[in-house]
Amino acid sequence: MTARDPRDDIVEHLPALRAFAMSLCRNSAQADDLVQDTIVKAWTKFDKFQQGTNLRAWLFTILRNTFYSGRRKAQREVADVDGVFSAKLASKPDHDGRLAMKDFEAAFAQLPDEQREALILVGASGFSYEEAADMCGCAVGTIKSRANRGRARLTELLELDSNESMELTDQSTMAVLAANARSAG
Amino acid sequence: MAQDSEYDDVRRQIDDNLKRVYQEKVEEELPERFRNLLQQLKAKEPKSGDQQ
Repeated sequence: MTARDPRDDIVEHLPALRAFAMSLCRNSAQADDLVQDTIVKAWTKFDKFQQGTNLRAWLFTILRNTFYSGRRKAQREVADVDGVFSAKLASKPDHDGRLAMKDFEAAFAQLPDEQREALILVGASGFSYEEAADMCGCAVGTIKSRANRGRARLTELLELDSNESMELTDQSTMAVLAANARSAG
Repeated sequence: MAQDSEYDDVRRQIDDNLKRVYQEKVEEELPERFRNLLQQLKAKEPKSGDQQ
């Protein structure tokens, strides 16, 4: 009879864990290092994991705690941002309202870490507000307000905020392009 | 009312895009180094329980 090692389940969660790391880090090399540190920590303190609870949430928690303790150390280091995330906003939503992925990512990258984290946890990866609050060690209301502030800021950056801006597409596109031209020149 | 549905619409658009960006990253091929790391961690441990 071979007892199954519950740690063998870790591998199933790695793609999601890595996606979360990439959303937090903005830079894929740093994200991969963060995933690596998380795997080692999870493995060595697996006895702290309560069997039957959500392994993915536990792994995400270790990752975000590692990220924030590393961020304090890296405060003074120069940010090394991948081109894809630093791409400038240059286009409007197309006719289906689907945003160009790059534009969305560029806007997303401008949000504070806490707002990106809240949006990824509850907006993209399907955790409940309660689970996200647990993982981040804060109140449910704090997660809600971070997510809402993040959405509001994205709305502003992507100019989704009113019907008028949709009608004035050409004018606002020109404004964005002009702003980019200025900063490029 | 009109404002509420506009708000919901914008919010849905944002969440759809969040899911799309996140899902794209989830579907990226997992670097081999992570599976290797797990194997190394496992190999380093004293065997227990599996030799009865």
